[in-house]
Amino acid sequence: MSDPEPDGPADTGYDEWADSLAEGGYYIECANGHGNLPPRRVCPDCGSTDLSEEPLPDTGEVATFSEVHVAPSGFGEEPPYVTAVIDFGLVRVTGIVRELSADEIGIGTAVRPDVERNDATGKRLVVFRPA
Amino acid sequence: MTGVRVAGVGLTPFGEHAGRTGRDLFAEAALAALDDAGVAGDDVEHLNYGNFMGALAERQGHQAPLMAEAAGLRCAGTRYEEACASAGVAVREAVRAVRSGENDVMLAGGMERMTNLSTADVTESLAVAADELFEVRAGVTFPGAYALMARAYFDEYGGGREDLAHVAAKNHANAVNNEYAQYQREITVEQALDSPAVASPLHLFDACPITDGASALVLVSEEYAEEHDLDAPVAITGTGQGGDRAALQDRTDMARTPAAADAAAEAYGDAGVAGDEVDVAEVHDCFTIAEVMALEALDFFDPGEGIGAARRGDTTRDGDLPVNLSGGLKAKGHPVGATGGSQIAEMTRILRGDHPNSDAVPDATVGLTHNAGGTVASAVVHVLEVAE
Repeated sequence: MSDPEPDGPADTGYDEWADSLAEGGYYIECANGHGNLPPRRVCPDCGSTDLSEEPLPDTGEVATFSEVHVAPSGFGEEPPYVTAVIDFGLVRVTGIVRELSADEIGIGTAVRPDVERNDATGKRLVVFRPA
Repeated sequence: MTGVRVAGVGLTPFGEHAGRTGRDLFAEAALAALDDAGVAGDDVEHLNYGNFMGALAERQGHQAPLMAEAAGLRCAGTRYEEACASAGVAVREAVRAVRSGENDVMLAGGMERMTNLSTADVTESLAVAADELFEVRAGVTFPGAYALMARAYFDEYGGGREDLAHVAAKNHANAVNNEYAQYQREITVEQALDSPAVASPLHLFDACPITDGASALVLVSEEYAEEHDLDAPVAITGTGQGGDRAALQDRTDMARTPAAADAAAEAYGDAGVAGDEVDVAEVHDCFTIAEVMALEALDFFDPGEGIGAARRGDTTRDGDLPVNLSGGLKAKGHPVGATGGSQIAEMTRILRGDHPNSDAVPDATVGLTHNAGGTVASAVVHVLEVAE
């Protein structure tokens, strides 16, 4: 169990999952083989409640990405930054790409997940680094 | 089941109304709709009101009774919130209330006040419609989310920024004559291409503006229209709603919008019409790529064909299927909680023949409106027909 946020209660399920990304991360798989991210009580694809945690593959591939030039206020990240959806097979995960510029990223680029703290919000921030 | 007629429509001009309250904007639209209908406010039995970000923009929740009061209605109201599809679902539920026989006269519409916030604060407020844990915390803005969809579309089907620029230029051209539009001016494809990047591959002119405005419709049963000798030639004959996973990452295909396809299938089935019978459409082009994906979900074009529709001239005012003759969200503006009602107001005027662009489709009898919430995690589609 992770420490609660200094400024509020933990988001149970999500916070544990985000923290796990530093060690490779996991996803939820249902008895019928559908993948989803936590927290889940039921599989949204088939209704199964027989769920298990499975390790994320070590690396995923960029499914789509964007270089964001206008950021929301209070978010903390200085634009431009690159947001990407990464395909890990049964699940996809969205986050910010580190150590690669938009010009160095293409669909299919391999990355691995990690987690940081967003200094502005104190919340966990999903990031990806070159694999 | 009784039929539903659009007895009257009302809009504020869309744009920047610095200093005007939301209640003042909605009252203007509501009074205009009642006047257009020739229906007394006392006959309205319920207000169905759409609003998305009022609690953030005006620090005002619980808006429905406030708006009923502002419009001079002595009836109850209910607020509907479905992100940018808020007014669409408010109208849909009003249609269902009339059809069921529960009500004969409904006022439906919506309002949004946005320009009193900074661009960064509007960006943040709109982002609330995305998945808070898995998208907002990861830095996904609304332009960013549609940019992710645009990149996925280009990767799957081809096409590029120039195709999208034609969508923007088309919708601006349509807005020139529309007195309610925020931008009544043309832009060129080159201007769209040269505008600054917001979230690659989308640039500023791929995006709708930040807008204040309100929309209102008076919806009545056919029996009420007949008894009161109303001039209400346009009927809402089909309504449909679809839903999808909230986060883009959880969708099977990020270049498709199945919620809109499901809403369209339901609305077409309800009205007993097919996509190829639609003469004219108003679709939710919050970003240019959204219009492209809508055209395909609505069964107007095959997957991969929607991207070239504006460039080929298929959807321009002289094309086979004019789309967004109002100017669309892109040029008419997008006060998010009002937009779905505004689309139906514009379509009603187009079909009645009293819209400045009605001359583009003088023989039109079937119109369609498509209103999407978020990155199309929700969608509402209506079919309108000239009934007499």
